[in-house]
Amino acid sequence: MTSTLTLAAADVSFPVLTALIVVPAIGALLVALLPGSGRPELTKEAATIASVITGAMSLWVLYEFNMADAGFQFTESASWVEGFGISWALGLDGISLFLVVLTGILFPIAILGVDPGHDHKPYYAWLLILEAGVMGVFLTLDLFFFFVFFEIVLVPMYFLIGKWGHGNRQYAATKFFLYTMAGSALMLVGILATAFLTASATGNDVTFNIVELAEGQALARDTARWIFLSFALAFAVKVPLFPVHTWLPDAHTEAPTAGSVILAGVMLKLGTYGFLRFGLYLFPEASVYFAPFMMTLGVIGIIYGAIAATMQKDLKRLVAYSSIAHLGFIVLGTFALNTEGIEGGLLQMVNHGVSTGALFLLVGMIYERRHTRLISELSGLQKSAPVMAGVFTVVMLSSIGLPGLNGFVGEYLTLLGAFNAHRWWAIVAAGGVILAALYLLWAYQRVFHGPAEGDNATMADLSLSEGLTLAPLLALIVFMGIYPKPVIERMEPAVDALVAHIEDAVPGFTEPVANFRTAEDAESHSDDEHGDEEHSEEEGE
Amino acid sequence: MLSLLAQIDIEPIDTPDVDWPVLVPLLVMSVGGILMLTFASILKRLPSSVWSIATVLLSAATAITVIPLWMRVTDTANSASSTLAGSVAFDGFSLFLTVVIAFAVGLTALLSDDYLKREGLEGPELYVLLMMSGAGGIIMAFANDLIVLFLGLEILSIAVYVLAAMHVRKLQSQEAGMKYFILGAFSSAFFLYGIALIYGATGSTNLIDIKNFLSVTVLADDALLLAGFALMLVGLGFKVAAVPFHFWTPDVYQGAPTPVVAYMASGVKAAGFAAIIRVFVLTFEQYRTDWQPVIYVLAVLSLLLGSFLAIVQTDIKRMLAYSSISHAGFILVGVQAATDRGTSAVLFYLAAYAFMVIGSFGVLTVAGGKGDAAQSLEDYQGLSKRSPFLAFALMVFLFSQAGVPLTTGFFAKFGVISAAIDARSFWLGVIAMISAVVGAFLYLRVIVTMFFAGDDDHDSDDGESAGQDDIGDDADVASTDKIDVPLGAQIAIGMCLLVTVVFGIWPGPIDDLAREAIPRLVQESPAALFGN
Repeated sequence: MTSTLTLAAADVSFPVLTALIVVPAIGALLVALLPGSGRPELTKEAATIASVITGAMSLWVLYEFNMADAGFQFTESASWVEGFGISWALGLDGISLFLVVLTGILFPIAILGVDPGHDHKPYYAWLLILEAGVMGVFLTLDLFFFFVFFEIVLVPMYFLIGKWGHGNRQYAATKFFLYTMAGSALMLVGILATAFLTASATGNDVTFNIVELAEGQALARDTARWIFLSFALAFAVKVPLFPVHTWLPDAHTEAPTAGSVILAGVMLKLGTYGFLRFGLYLFPEASVYFAPFMMTLGVIGIIYGAIAATMQKDLKRLVAYSSIAHLGFIVLGTFALNTEGIEGGLLQMVNHGVSTGALFLLVGMIYERRHTRLISELSGLQKSAPVMAGVFTVVMLSSIGLPGLNGFVGEYLTLLGAFNAHRWWAIVAAGGVILAALYLLWAYQRVFHGPAEGDNATMADLSLSEGLTLAPLLALIVFMGIYPKPVIERMEPAVDALVAHIEDAVPGFTEPVANFRTAEDAESHSDDEHGDEEHSEEEGE
Repeated sequence: MLSLLAQIDIEPIDTPDVDWPVLVPLLVMSVGGILMLTFASILKRLPSSVWSIATVLLSAATAITVIPLWMRVTDTANSASSTLAGSVAFDGFSLFLTVVIAFAVGLTALLSDDYLKREGLEGPELYVLLMMSGAGGIIMAFANDLIVLFLGLEILSIAVYVLAAMHVRKLQSQEAGMKYFILGAFSSAFFLYGIALIYGATGSTNLIDIKNFLSVTVLADDALLLAGFALMLVGLGFKVAAVPFHFWTPDVYQGAPTPVVAYMASGVKAAGFAAIIRVFVLTFEQYRTDWQPVIYVLAVLSLLLGSFLAIVQTDIKRMLAYSSISHAGFILVGVQAATDRGTSAVLFYLAAYAFMVIGSFGVLTVAGGKGDAAQSLEDYQGLSKRSPFLAFALMVFLFSQAGVPLTTGFFAKFGVISAAIDARSFWLGVIAMISAVVGAFLYLRVIVTMFFAGDDDHDSDDGESAGQDDIGDDADVASTDKIDVPLGAQIAIGMCLLVTVVFGIWPGPIDDLAREAIPRLVQESPAALFGN
């Protein structure tokens, strides 16, 4: 079991994963200690440097990543608190790789692209702490540290919303904090139960290492289901899934632009990533058992989010609700429990981070110029800001899932996976794609078309620096839409391994695949050639 | 005749062996306090700060004298023992708590100096009482005999009754002292009666003898013993402020001088839990099925009532009083497990909580202003602008109390809940986490007040760029004066801050110490069993 950890260590001696967490943390400390609150440029530069170094390291990791290896790479492990079996264990596989890169790219953009307006020093310090925390969640292989990072990100985000947000920000910040903390409260009990019950079942020392826990699978079936629920609640709040989503529109709307970008871009992924890494991997049986339920929640999220987005008067709120819909797709794909679905979900995590991040940036730019986000106040912006309108169009189309842009690939794979698993879910979810086109195009039409009067007619177009901020995101949108192979082929081994792990751990479960298969699919897994939809549908349709 | 006399002379008076080195920490604290009292009555002209410094040095000395003893006790060849006819236990547990209490005394003394000057109460009295109370607490940590335990409890309590009423010109302080005294006296009586019943049931007050007796004897009727448990639990539950023996807490915390409250919440709690662990978890181990459910209920009540009632408070000291009740609940979660893991988690919690609560009340001491006037939540509006240091420190302490990771508070909660899970008390763990979330709401309220309140109006909806220049001069902040943080308070708060953050990120060392302080609880030294 531990061999997976040591095996993949390759020849990397520099602890790059630790550095990915520590560099932003040190950056935050430096920013906080920098003298002179009257010189915001200095703190901004320091923060930029720290985040750019982190981003560069994440790209280096991407470059060094061994595509053929399904296990954890760049692993590190050091004992932390021996008495509890807690260790500083880090590792990266195809599932977390792109989330790390996404985090590495989005933070510099958020730092460079948005000015907080006041109290620069704490603002940048909090942002960097947030980056360290998010990186930690994606990189850790220890349940204890996972919880630590999962919780610690609340503090900086709480301050970002509460201090630099808009309108009813204190309410939004507190709601965000309490909602998420309440969600994860039971997860701590779940984590402890996992560790201690596994230890007493196997007779080994207590360990929080997820590789050991997952390979062991020592928990009784019902216990594992209960524990899965405690994790699922935490992730569902974070994602957010339908009944526990109400913090999101508030938090997004009131958050400062950078906060929204990070919140949508990476923080929501903590939940979906959690489902993959700690739901499916640790509790395969429970995941299979609850999959129909989770898919249902995903579909509800897709439809509900889309309908709610259609009704919004506030542009930012609209994007927030569209996030709920998009995240619904990710959950749907994840709990399809087949390679296509999980891959599609993963891809959607990255896509949503890029597209929604860009959307929030654009909405932030509009807000900076017009001091309103109300759709009714905006009109005909494309006349005064044609470049912005063009960029908005591309980003919006990516969000809708237009073929040729990144959103399409992810949504297609997700729906394909869901279709193979439970086709009616996929069919309903596909309706969400249409609704996405409806609310986004309608919003675009109202904001950018029509007569331009007053302030709308004189609004400035994108400045050079704003254009540069958006450029990398646009490049990603187009690149990943046209040529997603480099991304997918790096995810595939890890996703296959995860599916195989579920198949191994759950008797009677085989990956739900279609009868008709494309050549590409057949390559990736030669076993279970015959379609077995009926196996996967234990719950009965 | 002569021979007879000689015979009498030879007959030695039967005195127990005294392992003097073991008593050194206690002697430093208690004799130090008495000497200070003596000197204070001779040298009246000395500035008040001298006494503060002396207290800090003496408590530091107490902590330092523990080091060689700790070496001795953790050295397997020469490990835990008991002395003074088995009435004083010498083990890692007592040493660990001695250090916690010594720190509580020292840090409180650091806070008190400027407080006393500000309130015009200069003098050595507070320090003497503080040290006596600390000595009582150390006796409780060392006590291996119910009578010794009671002595320690009384020495500790009587000093604290006076301390609570220290602020002679403040009616609330008098009221707090009076309330604490009357209720405390009652609880002591309960405790003493409990001792009597246990003596009746087992024939001894010595914990070793009691344990041995119970392990070889099956009581046909254990009503006496169980009644003794109940009464002792009332007495100790009062000291640690567990629901339903908590009624004094908010009033006393609110009225008593703030540095004294810091001591009450840290030192007194630590001593109280020392007694609970040694008496219940250890001595009455076989009867755990009898007392565990009671502790379970106390824990649940303290957790929920403490955190829910804290929310509705508007006075920050009352708020922290209720929060300390819920912390008592958390510690009881560890006690309820009745395992080594639980005990080490309790020790970690007590150490961690001592620093965060002294830090919190330290900030309150300074921010409270003359006469502890600024106690309501509104008074803390915009504290981040008046004193960034205090606001930041209080934020860390409150996050720590809420159990946010990377603070000691998180690991403390993690420890007690993992002990509960390990003992299969899943629901207790769930309730504890729910209470933690409710508590978080309360702490966030204070943090919102300190950091966000007051800048509500300057950029409500008109863009981030506009807010830059008018950030400093919000009109509705209660007072925009900068707060000067006196040196003593700076040191104390800074130290608490350091401990809370450093050991929050790296809890290993304290956790290891707490673990070493476990297994050597009551151990029968040959002398205690068969001699004397």
